Amino acid sequence: MSIYADIHASAGDFSIRATFDAPTGSCTAIVGPNGAGKTTLVHALAGLIPVQQGSVMLAGQLVDDPAQRIHVPSDRRPIALHSQHNLLFPHLSVVDNVAFGPRCSGLSTRSAHQRAEEWLHKVGLAHLAGLRPAELSGGQAQRVGLARAAACQPKVLLLDESLASLDAETRTDVRHLLADIPATRVLITHDPVETRVLADQLLVMEDGRIVQSGTPDEVAADPRTPWTAGLLDVNLLTGLANGTRVALDYGLTLTSATPMTGPVLVTFSPAAVTLSTAEPHTSARNTWEAEVARIQPEGDRVRVLLGSPAPCHVWVTPQAVGELGLSAGSRCWAALKATELTVRDA
Amino acid sequence: MTGRSSAKKPNSRPPIAVLVMALIAVAVLALPLVGLLQRTPWSSLGTTLGQTATLEALRVSVVVSLVAAGVSVVLGLPLAWVLARLEFWGRALVRAVVLLPMVLPPVVGGIALFFALGRRGLIGRALNNWFEIDTLIGTTAGAVIAAAFVSMPFFVITAEAGLRQLDPRLELAASTLGAGRWTVLRRITLPLMAPSLAAGATLAWARALGEFGATITFAGNHPGRTRTLPLAIAQANEAGQPEAAIAMSVLLIGVSLLVLIGLRHRWIAPRQPQPPGSQETSPS
Repeated sequence: MSIYADIHASAGDFSIRATFDAPTGSCTAIVGPNGAGKTTLVHALAGLIPVQQGSVMLAGQLVDDPAQRIHVPSDRRPIALHSQHNLLFPHLSVVDNVAFGPRCSGLSTRSAHQRAEEWLHKVGLAHLAGLRPAELSGGQAQRVGLARAAACQPKVLLLDESLASLDAETRTDVRHLLADIPATRVLITHDPVETRVLADQLLVMEDGRIVQSGTPDEVAADPRTPWTAGLLDVNLLTGLANGTRVALDYGLTLTSATPMTGPVLVTFSPAAVTLSTAEPHTSARNTWEAEVARIQPEGDRVRVLLGSPAPCHVWVTPQAVGELGLSAGSRCWAALKATELTVRDA
Repeated sequence: MTGRSSAKKPNSRPPIAVLVMALIAVAVLALPLVGLLQRTPWSSLGTTLGQTATLEALRVSVVVSLVAAGVSVVLGLPLAWVLARLEFWGRALVRAVVLLPMVLPPVVGGIALFFALGRRGLIGRALNNWFEIDTLIGTTAGAVIAAAFVSMPFFVITAEAGLRQLDPRLELAASTLGAGRWTVLRRITLPLMAPSLAAGATLAWARALGEFGATITFAGNHPGRTRTLPLAIAQANEAGQPEAAIAMSVLLIGVSLLVLIGLRHRWIAPRQPQPPGSQETSPS
């Protein structure tokens, strides 16, 4: 285990209580509504706020244990933190900002600069090395901040909405970069796609508590709170695009409205799919026969989980379930308009 | 239509009464200097300033003001940090005591120093008993103490304001990147405060350079030891040597003007201060 955390902490009059662990090299995503305590949890892991009860172990090092009066300060934890505010040092150039962590770890100025330049190259900003933070755009500052944290080569990398202000294209690049960093990563995010693609483990926080945890797919298939259901209310499939044709990894080929090439992520709303008993004759470009894996009533509607060849969930009314005779194991036809598909680079 | 356009472009002609008052204010401040400069014997200025007594006073002034500014920085910086960063009972009182020398007549400060550090003073006796320091009165060290007494508050308030403007999250960010306390201080806090430190030190130095009342009351008026330029000017004026007094005054005016020009960005034409965290992106 790279992270074991049993945290009871408070910031102001707000308190959090969270227990989780994460294996070495894994990526844990934390989602939750604003004010749920995600940042507080990450700050407690970073040692920026004291843990009142419980204990925290990072990479085999006991860093918090109030019962034994142990509180290791931030700078002696095997972590690096990137916050959504970036907090670049305004008096240092971009490259000196990124070299800051390596310098603190005892590297010579020259090797620290070398490493900083490598990371700036990785985030695609090598040409801005000499600028001051004030001269950067929001997205550039975010990438520099990320590079600065990653350049520390921490065992545990804490990322507080690190991709929030990136445009779609850079976001994909940075997501790939994050996926390749060998550190154990803890990532606060609001993006369901980011969650599904990056995270091995998903923690849902509400009101300072972890209300649900599991793999992103597990949580998406069975969200325990309305907020979680809302956030993850999207179907995500991976495939290979060739023009408007997308060959899904599960054998089905879908048609989209946007031509793309190469590996892609396909998302569509569960409300955009219609179900029928017979093969439909419709304007929808995509129809396929699927097996019903599970039927789950949620409030006024019913979640129908379809299995192969395109695992996804679909919202229908309770009446539709009866009329179509849907039950686990039964078969039905699904229809999805090409214009309902969002396709982006994987 | 007219109403709207006049609202957009405020009355471009300033009120006459305001201009007149402002002009009078400038006159009050500038006329004495003009009078002095008009009486200045420019041709003999060099020789007057070159006299041994003047050079001696200049030397004492330079030494005393620089050392006093140094003392202000060395002791004032930790004090500024404590006032800006620590919450403790009686902080307002401590700040009031620290700022008192700014509003106190310097001569009161001089008397206070005399009764505290004089031979029979509270601290003076201890110094005498423990360190065999006979007395600070009449010594350059005494003049330094008097100058530091009046000048340190200028450094402390400037440095404290600088510290308060600094975004503490930057220091926390540095610690999450592996920087220990001293590294944070050396590489983040002090560099970010540098403009305030420089301004505070310069102000303290300028105040020490002009110090008169506390010095003459506490340290005395001894040529070569405690007789700084202001003391020498008063001395020359009273001894019926107005040329020497005027020449040394012109020298001090010149130095003061240089200091103000050096600080012009802070005081005379303040640049738009950068709000802390202006590089931030708004959380989405």
